[in-house]
Amino acid sequence: MLYIKCPWCGERDETEYHYGGEAHIVRPENPDELTDAEWAEYVFMRTNTKGVHRERWVHSDGCRRWFNVARNTVTNEIVSVYKTGEKPDLPEAATTKPAQVKKAPAKKAVAKKAPAKKKEGA
Amino acid sequence: MTEKFRTTQGTRVDRSNVINFTFNGKSYTGAKGDTLASALVANGVHLVGRSFKTHRPRGILTAGSEEPNAIIQLETGPRSEPNVRATQVELYEGLTAKSVNCWPSVNFDLAAVNSVASRIFVAGFYYKTFMDPKSMWMTVYEPIIRRMAGLGVLPREKDPDTYDHMNEFCEVMVVGAGPAGLSAALEAGRSGARVVLCDEQPEFGGSLLNTKQIIDGKPAQEWVDAAVAELEAMDNVRLLKRANAFGYYDHNYITVHERRTDHFGPGAKSGLSKHRIWHFRSKQVVLATGSHERPLVFADNDRPGIMLANAGQTYANRYGALPGRRGVIFTNNDSAYSVAIDLVDAGMDIPTIIDLREIADGDLPNAARQKGIEVLTGSGIVATLGRKRVTGVEVATVSSDGSRITGNKRKIDCDTILTSGGWNPAVHLFSQSIGKLRYDEEKICFVPNISAQNERTVGACKGAFDLQSALDEGAAAGAAAAKDTGFGKGKAKASPKALVIEEKAIKAYWVVPTDHPVGQGKRKHYVDYQHDVTAADIMLAAREGMHSVEHMKRYTTTGMATDQGKLSNVNGLAILSSQLEKDIPKVGTTTFRPPYTPVNFGALAGRGINGDLADPVRRTSMYGWHLENGAAFEPVGQWQRAWYYPKAGEDMDAAVTRETAALRDGVGILDASTLGKIDIQGKDAAKFLNLVYTNAWLKLPVGSCRYGFMLKEDGMVFDDGVTSRLGENHFHMTTTTGGAAGVLDWLEEYLQTEWPDLEVYCTSVTEEWSTLSIGGPKARQLLEELAPEMDFSNEAFPFMTWREGEVAGVPARVFRISFTGDLSYEINVRNWHGLHLWKKCMELGEKYDITPYGTETMHVLRAEKGFVIIGQETDGTQTPQDLGMDWIVAKKKGDFIGRRSFTRADTAREDRKQLVGLVTENPKEVLEEGAQLTYERVNPTPAPMVGHVTSSYWSPNLEHSIAMALVKDGHNRMGQWIYAHDRGKVTKVKIVSPVFYDPKGERRDG
Repeated sequence: MLYIKCPWCGERDETEYHYGGEAHIVRPENPDELTDAEWAEYVFMRTNTKGVHRERWVHSDGCRRWFNVARNTVTNEIVSVYKTGEKPDLPEAATTKPAQVKKAPAKKAVAKKAPAKKKEGA
Repeated sequence: MTEKFRTTQGTRVDRSNVINFTFNGKSYTGAKGDTLASALVANGVHLVGRSFKTHRPRGILTAGSEEPNAIIQLETGPRSEPNVRATQVELYEGLTAKSVNCWPSVNFDLAAVNSVASRIFVAGFYYKTFMDPKSMWMTVYEPIIRRMAGLGVLPREKDPDTYDHMNEFCEVMVVGAGPAGLSAALEAGRSGARVVLCDEQPEFGGSLLNTKQIIDGKPAQEWVDAAVAELEAMDNVRLLKRANAFGYYDHNYITVHERRTDHFGPGAKSGLSKHRIWHFRSKQVVLATGSHERPLVFADNDRPGIMLANAGQTYANRYGALPGRRGVIFTNNDSAYSVAIDLVDAGMDIPTIIDLREIADGDLPNAARQKGIEVLTGSGIVATLGRKRVTGVEVATVSSDGSRITGNKRKIDCDTILTSGGWNPAVHLFSQSIGKLRYDEEKICFVPNISAQNERTVGACKGAFDLQSALDEGAAAGAAAAKDTGFGKGKAKASPKALVIEEKAIKAYWVVPTDHPVGQGKRKHYVDYQHDVTAADIMLAAREGMHSVEHMKRYTTTGMATDQGKLSNVNGLAILSSQLEKDIPKVGTTTFRPPYTPVNFGALAGRGINGDLADPVRRTSMYGWHLENGAAFEPVGQWQRAWYYPKAGEDMDAAVTRETAALRDGVGILDASTLGKIDIQGKDAAKFLNLVYTNAWLKLPVGSCRYGFMLKEDGMVFDDGVTSRLGENHFHMTTTTGGAAGVLDWLEEYLQTEWPDLEVYCTSVTEEWSTLSIGGPKARQLLEELAPEMDFSNEAFPFMTWREGEVAGVPARVFRISFTGDLSYEINVRNWHGLHLWKKCMELGEKYDITPYGTETMHVLRAEKGFVIIGQETDGTQTPQDLGMDWIVAKKKGDFIGRRSFTRADTAREDRKQLVGLVTENPKEVLEEGAQLTYERVNPTPAPMVGHVTSSYWSPNLEHSIAMALVKDGHNRMGQWIYAHDRGKVTKVKIVSPVFYDPKGERRDG
């Protein structure tokens, strides 16, 4: 069971949270202008990261805030926790060398707002 | 004097305190401080069980939690426990135990014929034998296998004991209280950090309890006593004895199983809970879990009387119980020589040590020779004699590659064989923590290499087998761990000086040869004692292509018994690697998983063992009334909902028939308080609803309600409900009972991450409001009496609106919405008024024969109208169009969640599985929910499945069965006959509209 530090409430057991999938995927502003493939990229396609993965969690049984967690999917080490809207650079994983991140095929930018992705784990 | 093998030497037993016990029906005595195993050894009892598959006689092999053979059923009656290791049971007055896995007795076991037939019990036996015909799996094969196998019997009675769970935090958690663990706990404790030290034994000291070591020139026990006294005096240190750390999970979450009262005997009045499961979250962990001796794999190495060398040493030194009169020692390393010396000192005859190494010239072998013990080098035991007890061995020189016997055989009489194949660090917890292991070629074992968590491994668990290293490493790790949490300076005091006798290198020797090639004669080389896996089985698995250690393990079941392969894994792996002619590290190792030792179900359940505390139970404010009035309940999530209200002599069908009729003809009342309710406020509330629902919300007038669907971005329905506009910027949303929490998380997700610019506030108010649904043709009359101030006419209070007012004297919101198709009002009052209003409704409604109804009747009524239940008609793969509800999707309002997916090729397909109604050819026949559907009666096999029945009921109002189903291309197949399949039964059904009752909606307005 993970032990996650909510940016608002502090360290709590995983049972208080729900997982919200990969972080920093921005909903396109004008879905109608996208091709089916571009829309599918937003809805379905996710990286399958071996190494540090930026993901979202919500403190359902606490403050109900959504926030971001950078977690090493190999060791479950939590490298960083930060608020929605932020995207800090990540420190080196403390106890292990970060596992190799297999680069996902380069994606088309699906939306104007979508920030440059896939820098995680670098 | 029954304890014929008791000496005067054991340091940890009190011979003056005699304890009576019974094993397999015979009475014995033991001493205070004994385990059941040591008391049996003291009485000369070695035959304690039968092997799992071939039912060969088996004896006590170890003295610790790694024991594979001495598995017993402890006590009888409701406190009886199966699968208990005799080596871990502390003896108490009146203890009763018996062997498992033998019938009728351990001395005469009928199933021992299996051992004659053991040629057929080869690797993969179950996979190869119990295949066909399939119909015999459950009826014949499984019952036979279950009767033959098994490690005891669970009591049928309710467990009378109490179990607790404890949650705690600490800075430094130390697992194992041997020399390394004690040193670590001392240093960490001195820093002032909160420290926990746990050990599976009833007293601290670990290996020092079993061996005769010297620390600072004095017996090691004196150092142990001083260390324990110092730790006991520290307020910041928690000491847990009889406590197995059995799981090491993420982020230093460690679970410990503490047996608090087992040593008092069953049912003793101690005032304590029987067991406790501790849940520790610690900042730093020190693993000092020691090591397990590894057996040598030689011909017929499983006879009673064959024991691990250190176990024999432990029984003699710690318990004063000699393992036998005359023993030989069989080893590939120096450590067993100290065993020989201790046993001779204890009064046992050790004529010979058989060493697989060509040379044994270390200090220990020389000391053994000085005791007059013959040392045979380059030799092995090539056969053992005896059946229920070993009576002798055949010894010969063997080739150093293990391929053959090179000399003449010589027979030595003995009643005991003590073997040592080296040591395996107990890396189980380290491995559970996802730490990476490394194979140490010199020590011939796996040792911790890379930590994955804030953890340090020390002492024998790290492969540092000498006492000085254990003391030094433990102290250093304890100090460093404390410093990492902000306590102390990280420098350990100088460790005490241990007397260390240097040991010479071990020799890898995985299978000792016998007269015939392994697997080709009668003699068996056991690797996994508990699952009867032999070296020949592993070789066969390798020949049959099981080249991965994970495949070999599953195929042969090596390491898959309740001892989790503590003794067998490395031997099995080494034999596989030699078959594959690959190095051990290249073949890999398997992963250890929790629990380290078996844990009682009662302990895991804790206070929830009686069921009522296992999970929170949610009850509405009217729950007590439902209970008093005989309602049957059904759990919906954590909620207890009234299911139906049977009158005397009624079963569910009769009650539901009466309840449905009452609502259609008169007036019914339902407790709908469990519906999820979310209060939504803010200047952008309407705009937000417009984005999360499929229909239009901006222009909904204050005072009106609307039914809506929520979709995920893939266009699939995930929740529904009625939302009402309370004010310009204020809405009351309802969700499904089970979906409430998920919907709130999801609303917040969009508000916080996608549209933080919207000013909207969501608050769960599910438990603030009690909801009573009053429906039926006479509902309006009842409402008029309940709330004389309010106007319930169709004109003033039309369908899909809500009004505020006083109902039964309390403030209420009344919603005119209907889940039954009949005239219906949902009254929301403050939770504390719920019961009052319900009683008032029953009182005023008596003249209309008001009938309370439960969820079952609700389901029938809504199915008659074709109303869907999210999660029953849907499974996350249905669009609104699939459900025939295009009308709920706004065409012009612009974007909303999921909309873009409607035009995806797969979503836009017209032959998707679609919601339809079904009626059976025989109107009396009610379909099974979940029944699969096919277009044709006779199909090729496998038949194409075109859908399934989602809801099915007997409709008392229509007097025929009704069903809803998802059918591929269903909307285009109205009127067609298809077939429902239920375990071989085929039913002809017609596709119809899912609206069975009042299709024009004429009953809605009363």
